[in-house]
Amino acid sequence: MNMTRRVFLSGLGASALAGAAGPAQAWESKAPDDPLGCLVDLARCTGCRKCEQACNNVNDLPEPDTLFTDLRLLDVKRRPDAGAYTVVNRYFPGKVDDENQLIPVHVKVQCMHCQDPACASACITGALSKKDNGTVHYDVSKCIGCRYCMVACPFQIPAYEYHKTVTPKVMKCTFCFDRLEEGKKPGCAEICPVEAITFGKRSMLLELARRRIRNDPGRYVDHIYGEKEAGGTSWLYVSPVPFHQLGFIDVPDFPMPRLSESIHKAVYSYLWAPVALFGMLYGVKSYNDRRDQKQAGQGGAQ
Amino acid sequence: MSHHAEPRPTESRFWTPGVMVMVCFMLAGGVALMARFIGGLGYATNLTDAYPWGLWIGIDVATGVALAAGGFSTAALAHIFGGHRYEAVTRPALLTAALGYTFVAIGIFVDIGRPWAIWKPMFFHNYTSVLFEVAMCVMTYLTVLWLEFVPIAAERWGEKIRLLGFLGRISTKVMSVLIVLGVVLSFMHQSGLGGLMLIAPTKLHPLWYTPLLPLLFLLSAISVGYPMVIFETGVATKSLKLESEMDILGPLSRFTILLLGIYMAVKLGDMFYRGTHVYLLDGTMQSNAFLLEVGLGVILPWLLILSPKTRRSRTRLFTAGALIVGGIVLNRVNVFLIGFTPPLADRPYFPSFAEVLVTAGFVATIMFLYRVAVTYLPVLSARSKEVSV
Repeated sequence: MNMTRRVFLSGLGASALAGAAGPAQAWESKAPDDPLGCLVDLARCTGCRKCEQACNNVNDLPEPDTLFTDLRLLDVKRRPDAGAYTVVNRYFPGKVDDENQLIPVHVKVQCMHCQDPACASACITGALSKKDNGTVHYDVSKCIGCRYCMVACPFQIPAYEYHKTVTPKVMKCTFCFDRLEEGKKPGCAEICPVEAITFGKRSMLLELARRRIRNDPGRYVDHIYGEKEAGGTSWLYVSPVPFHQLGFIDVPDFPMPRLSESIHKAVYSYLWAPVALFGMLYGVKSYNDRRDQKQAGQGGAQ
Repeated sequence: MSHHAEPRPTESRFWTPGVMVMVCFMLAGGVALMARFIGGLGYATNLTDAYPWGLWIGIDVATGVALAAGGFSTAALAHIFGGHRYEAVTRPALLTAALGYTFVAIGIFVDIGRPWAIWKPMFFHNYTSVLFEVAMCVMTYLTVLWLEFVPIAAERWGEKIRLLGFLGRISTKVMSVLIVLGVVLSFMHQSGLGGLMLIAPTKLHPLWYTPLLPLLFLLSAISVGYPMVIFETGVATKSLKLESEMDILGPLSRFTILLLGIYMAVKLGDMFYRGTHVYLLDGTMQSNAFLLEVGLGVILPWLLILSPKTRRSRTRLFTAGALIVGGIVLNRVNVFLIGFTPPLADRPYFPSFAEVLVTAGFVATIMFLYRVAVTYLPVLSARSKEVSV
């Protein structure tokens, strides 16, 4: 099912380009030129959960039920939620070491900070927006809680504070926006003891990722997750095993907002379509009304 | 021209057993609403991070908007394209639309996490957001609908309440603009609602995900307009013991042959063009829901209304109309709930008891207010059976 579905999706991307050729070509990416990002090296991550702890501290998140030092949690396939912007999960994709023990692969999950984020395109008030420094930023003061961002996100990242009654927020990795503005690294990248998270310009990170794959092809699969997914993301991953074995979602290569924004723009630029429809219908109505009046007048005269 | 007399209040007995049942649903819905506002969305609903939209968006908002399509489609027919014989059904359709959209707005108010911030889209615009466009149109259209309704209320109470009479006269003066504007706004947000899911290609099942979604939503809204009028007239005339108005509904259903036919052709053509028919018989809930939606809700009723026999028989026509309405309801439920299949989801969404109660309460309230309105205001033209003999 998943494979066929992917085939349909890629077909769709092509048909969106070919079929709706006009509008699709007119669509322009609003992605920043060379934003900041992070490269997560899954071959290096040891699953110490220090990034989770740092994230929790830096962002003043609620204290979790289980201590960050409890590594049993790695085997519960967690998702970022209203209490945690990032989580680390452990997978055993089947590779074994010299002693025939399964080798674990640890996966840190957080907002990918898309270059053309679906959430920001969808957001009714623009509470979510892509900043020049690369962050997908959430401004709670504009948010009405419609949760369209959560519908839109292909990585299923934004979570909601459903348990709060009056002031629930959308919760997702901030890419430590404020720290970045101060010239600091994001909390997780700073704390990582094995340098599994490299922080820097996206172009530099892509270069680095390619170099690692080239220099050690036995250690990495030839795929940088986030280079093309959803049109490219600020966060990137390299991995020792194929990503679909590690709970990564198979996201198509085209930017998510492209189709809806193309159609939207084709119909609504200068409001030409609504205005034309109004003019046409009003013309028909006036014509019919005049005809009726004339008929009524003749009827009266007879 | 028309055999129908002017619309007038039915002034029938109000507190029937059916109305009492409605009141019970309204009260139960009220309790569930309190649970939502005191305990929060997490307490009252089964919404999760994977399924952020549930019954309230699928039914109260998306389906509510679709079923209120009778308002603009009858107005277009009778007032723009000169189909004067259909004027008798424009007022009840307008009332349904006004009530329907009012509860769409209330539904959104209940569903969003920060209802107190509902005014913010008026000041913070995001022009790439399909939802923003839909919200602006729905808001404007709701205003237009009530402005269109003011003269009807003014007919009854305009002399007693001066302000109402004044507003009624102003509204009548600009009625042409209001009617055309209502149709344009409907085209915009009916298609916009379909456009909402275009941004989630990996989540909406391929049987429904197509670049044509906005067009399909528009075509289905246009084609459900008259069947909805047939359906609600059937219910209202039966319940209020009025004449069946078959002399209008029969001819009205002829348009549905064309309109529903276009929708059916585009929907099936799109399915075969994209090759998604391979999913039809794979036995999943999504495929079965699609088969039910298209088979029972589009193809069957279309074949039924092809026959003049159906268009002459009150029961048969009502059945066909109800099937079409059901098909569109299921389409909206499919697009927003059943066909919404995020890749990572531990368990599928199923609405909570409170969600169901709120939705049922809203439906009951709409029916209750409809009855209040037709009882005391000149909305329905059908004569009661005893008088008309």
